Amino acid sequence: MLGGMQATTAIPEIEFQDVSYRVAGTQVLSGFNLQVQSGETLVLLGRSGSGKTTLLKLVNRLLTPSSGDIRVKGLSNAKADVIGLRRSIGYVIQDVGLFPHFTVERNIGLVPRIGGWPEDRIRARVQELLQLVGLAADLASRYPHQLSGGQRQRVGVARALAADPEILLMDEPFGALDPLTRDELQREFLALQQRLHKTVVFVTHDLREALRLGTRIALMEAGRLVTVLTPREFLQSSDPLASAYVRAFGEGLESAANRGTS
Amino acid sequence: MNVFRYIWQNQGQVLELTLEHLRLVGFSTLFAMLAGIPLGIVIARRPRWNKPVLASANIIQTIPSLALFGFLLPVPWLGERSERLAILALTLYALLPIIRNTYTGIRGVDPAVVEAGRGMGLTESQLLFQVELPLAVSVILSGVRVAVVISVGLATIAAAIGAGGLGEFIFRGLAMVDNRVILAGAIPAAVLALTADFGVGWLERRMQTR
Repeated sequence: MLGGMQATTAIPEIEFQDVSYRVAGTQVLSGFNLQVQSGETLVLLGRSGSGKTTLLKLVNRLLTPSSGDIRVKGLSNAKADVIGLRRSIGYVIQDVGLFPHFTVERNIGLVPRIGGWPEDRIRARVQELLQLVGLAADLASRYPHQLSGGQRQRVGVARALAADPEILLMDEPFGALDPLTRDELQREFLALQQRLHKTVVFVTHDLREALRLGTRIALMEAGRLVTVLTPREFLQSSDPLASAYVRAFGEGLESAANRGTS
Repeated sequence: MNVFRYIWQNQGQVLELTLEHLRLVGFSTLFAMLAGIPLGIVIARRPRWNKPVLASANIIQTIPSLALFGFLLPVPWLGERSERLAILALTLYALLPIIRNTYTGIRGVDPAVVEAGRGMGLTESQLLFQVELPLAVSVILSGVRVAVVISVGLATIAAAIGAGGLGEFIFRGLAMVDNRVILAGAIPAAVLALTADFGVGWLERRMQTR
């Protein structure tokens, strides 16, 4: 929980070492190096097809790199037990992927349940998480199709947090939401992150979101890392791609950057 | 109508042949499910096997049923008792809809759900039994429903090789050129088919998850 305080430890929470990923003759990632520090929110920013999602899936080994190594807490994840690795990492995707035949309670409690937690502890944990993500306790018995898009993604976040993982991978989690709900969830994410200090890798193509939520922003293009900058640095960057992003998003970015780092 | 009088007068035999018919259909459907559902799961996991498996099941369907009964007749253990043989032939016919629907049902599960499950650390078997199969069950059952209805009809032909069932009335009626006797087999068979269709259909709707 105090991950943010332990920035002095030299071992990064997640480390990409010269990672390449190739599939069916297409080079999706090449020579990718990046370190994610404990307790930070690292945003992967880039256009569609730049390799952001692939990078995320390499962390929990939904994909295996063609070459290079990914270390989680200093351990190569090629050597880790895949199932255990995945259970120790929260995963949130844009389409949420709630189990339609499970109630909210069973969706959120799934990882604790397969991890063998006792029933009463699971129930207590589910209630705690519903509160944490701003959902009413009586939603626990509903099914996903009875929820709004925003509620569904809140459940998705609660489910990812269920077994209290230190790392959270979020793949455009708010991308499919309407602007108001997105704004609400972004604000809640910031509040949540101030309490929990998870190590978050967050994929988006929305610069405003990146500036607002990110501790640092890793800018990607065509499977390569262009640069890693803090939100403030990003706005002043002379990097052509970064400044192209800033121009494309126009006015009012300053306030987003300030909110994110405050 | 005198058809119904005929059925009434021969109710003992109608009942007996109906039960025989049910046995043929019941066992063959059971065996087809035991073989077809795992096969469907396998080809859903390994799309490379999809074509050969479905093509084989398809080819079986194209063999005329009388011919299939005939082909199987000389097979040693099977040929000894025509009932075994009929059950095997009916099982083979029931395979295609069951394999195909199992495959379709599993492939039809929302990819985001499967990805989320895998990403959360479900093992492949947890994913299968807790997510994919429960979500595919109504599609699988609709395949079973098709298989049962086909089997009820085909099982009448099993009487041609002496395996019993309601086909006995039909063949006897054909030989006697007596429509009453034909209908004494055909009507209960139709009722069986409709009942099975309705029953499995009801189960299918009960199992619907969304």
